[in-house]
Amino acid sequence: MLQIECPWCGARDQQEFQYGGEAHIVRPESPDTLTDEQWADYLFNRANSKGVHAEQWCHTAGCRRWFNVLRDTVSYAVLAVYRPGERPSGSVE
Amino acid sequence: MRRNRYSIFSLARNAVSYHQDWSEAWRSPDPAASYDVIVAGGGGHGLATAYYLAAEHDVGRIAVLEKGWIGGGNTGRNTTIVRSNYLWDEAAHLYEKSLQLWEGLSQELNFNVMFSQRGVMNLGHTLQDMRDIYRRSNANRLNGIDSEILTPAEIKAKVPAMNVSSEARYPVLGASFQPRGGVARHDAVAWGFARAADARGVDIIQNCEVTGIRRENGAVCGVETTRGLIGARKVAVVVAGHASVLADMAELRFPVESHPLQALVSEPLKPVLDTVIMSNAVHGYVSQSDKGELVIGAGIDAYTGYGQRGSFSIIEGNVAAIVELFPVFSRVRMLRQWGGIVDVCPDACPIISKTPVKGLYFNCGWGTGGFKATPGSGWVFAHTVAQDEPHALNAAFDLERFTTGALIDEHGAAGVAH
Ligand SMILES: Cc1cc2nc3c(=O)[nH]c(=O)nc-3n(C[C@H](O)[C@H](O)[C@H](O)COP(=O)(O)OP(=O)(O)OC[C@H]3O[C@@H](n4cnc5c(N)ncnc54)[C@H](O)[C@@H]3O)c2cc1C
Ligand SMILES: [Zn+2]
Repeated sequence: MLQIECPWCGARDQQEFQYGGEAHIVRPESPDTLTDEQWADYLFNRANSKGVHAEQWCHTAGCRRWFNVLRDTVSYAVLAVYRPGERPSGSVE
Repeated sequence: MRRNRYSIFSLARNAVSYHQDWSEAWRSPDPAASYDVIVAGGGGHGLATAYYLAAEHDVGRIAVLEKGWIGGGNTGRNTTIVRSNYLWDEAAHLYEKSLQLWEGLSQELNFNVMFSQRGVMNLGHTLQDMRDIYRRSNANRLNGIDSEILTPAEIKAKVPAMNVSSEARYPVLGASFQPRGGVARHDAVAWGFARAADARGVDIIQNCEVTGIRRENGAVCGVETTRGLIGARKVAVVVAGHASVLADMAELRFPVESHPLQALVSEPLKPVLDTVIMSNAVHGYVSQSDKGELVIGAGIDAYTGYGQRGSFSIIEGNVAAIVELFPVFSRVRMLRQWGGIVDVCPDACPIISKTPVKGLYFNCGWGTGGFKATPGSGWVFAHTVAQDEPHALNAAFDLERFTTGALIDEHGAAGVAH
């Protein structure tokens, strides 16, 4: 990984960024209608994929904006970066 | 099937033949068509599970399937700190059971696991650190767990090399000390459990990766492996960093994330540190191995990772903190550095549990601190698998707690990561 490409600032040292966990987890619209199992799944369960993982990063020591990254969790190679609301070009989800 | 016992006599006998005739410590059998219990994962926890299943329960034929070599995962990569000074009752009781098993383990296994009760010191650098330390130490005593509070002068007397001056960048205000804590030889723990399990008939099968979990009518019936399909009445999964990967094979979603965790060792030095020093605030852990190497543990990377390596910046920050605490170490050369994959739960406590699939059990989520639990984890997990019910000591550590909300919040509560 060493460097991550911020969609606004370009490639920067990994240390400028902060990890923000799995991407695309949507907070349920009306939690009070969920079962305990569904709420627990939203709160705690994670894909923890071995291989391609969609995740959030924040450029904390730069522009301080959030964005999404597709990363290989075995090689740690960054496969794609994309802004919130966008989809990675031609891949998953 | 009993192997030759190790003793002063076997040592003398083998010396006469120039140590050429020692028998193998365990067999390497081909997998049978099926077993009563399959343990997936040949780390310390998996081997301990198999050992206690064979030694204390009557479950029939047992196999341990390991995708690489036994002990090649976190068991052989950790900084070997053993202690039981956890804050909450559930955790304290579980880790204390484990510590008590450690105290008799070399005798029990007839294998020297080099368990050395040199004490574990947890430093406090801020007022809040000290409040947490008092709270935890008092909780420990109420649970019958040995714990003392040390002043900076007492720390200095025990560890002369540490900089406890008030000018230090990380002033040391005090520490908790658990005299019964210490370190053990990680490889020997894997080998000792493997040898003792094998002697009781357990098949230990290395280079055999579990690639699928077969189910029929909601119950487990076997595993697919790189060495073919193997039938099983029960499958006990103990694969640490790969817990989510195996959960996925049974279509289960787990509250676990896998992170890289790193450690490093120095060139061997003369004795300079005869206890274990941990500091959560500055994120450094250091002890000295019997060979003389400084064994230093770092923190996890925030991102998830299965690569068995972490970021260099983590090592840099870790070593900087150690050198602030121990200025005399500043010119020591580091020999090796490596990483493991630790499986972290939201409440920093393990899952030792039945699952919605009948006959499928999981033991995972030990995160950065499961080595100390190796014997206790195997002991309660063997009970859980054999009886199809948790033991009182692990009942609170079930998967259900993430639904009921009965988490056991040891994150930070124990004040330390390992
Ligand atoms: C750098 C570092 C320092 C640490 N320091 C400490 C410490 O000081 N004190 C402490 O208490 N704990 C410490 N820990 C944590 C401790 O090492 C772990 O919690 C503990 O070893 C986990 O035990 P285990 O037997 O389950 O893991 P492992 O030894 O990792 O065993 C899991 C096994 O499962 C195998 N496996 C995975 N997938 C499959 C599959 N599909 N099929 C078959 N087998 C599979 C793996 O190859 C591996 O051998 C540290 C960890 C690390 C990485
Ligand atoms: Zn930026």
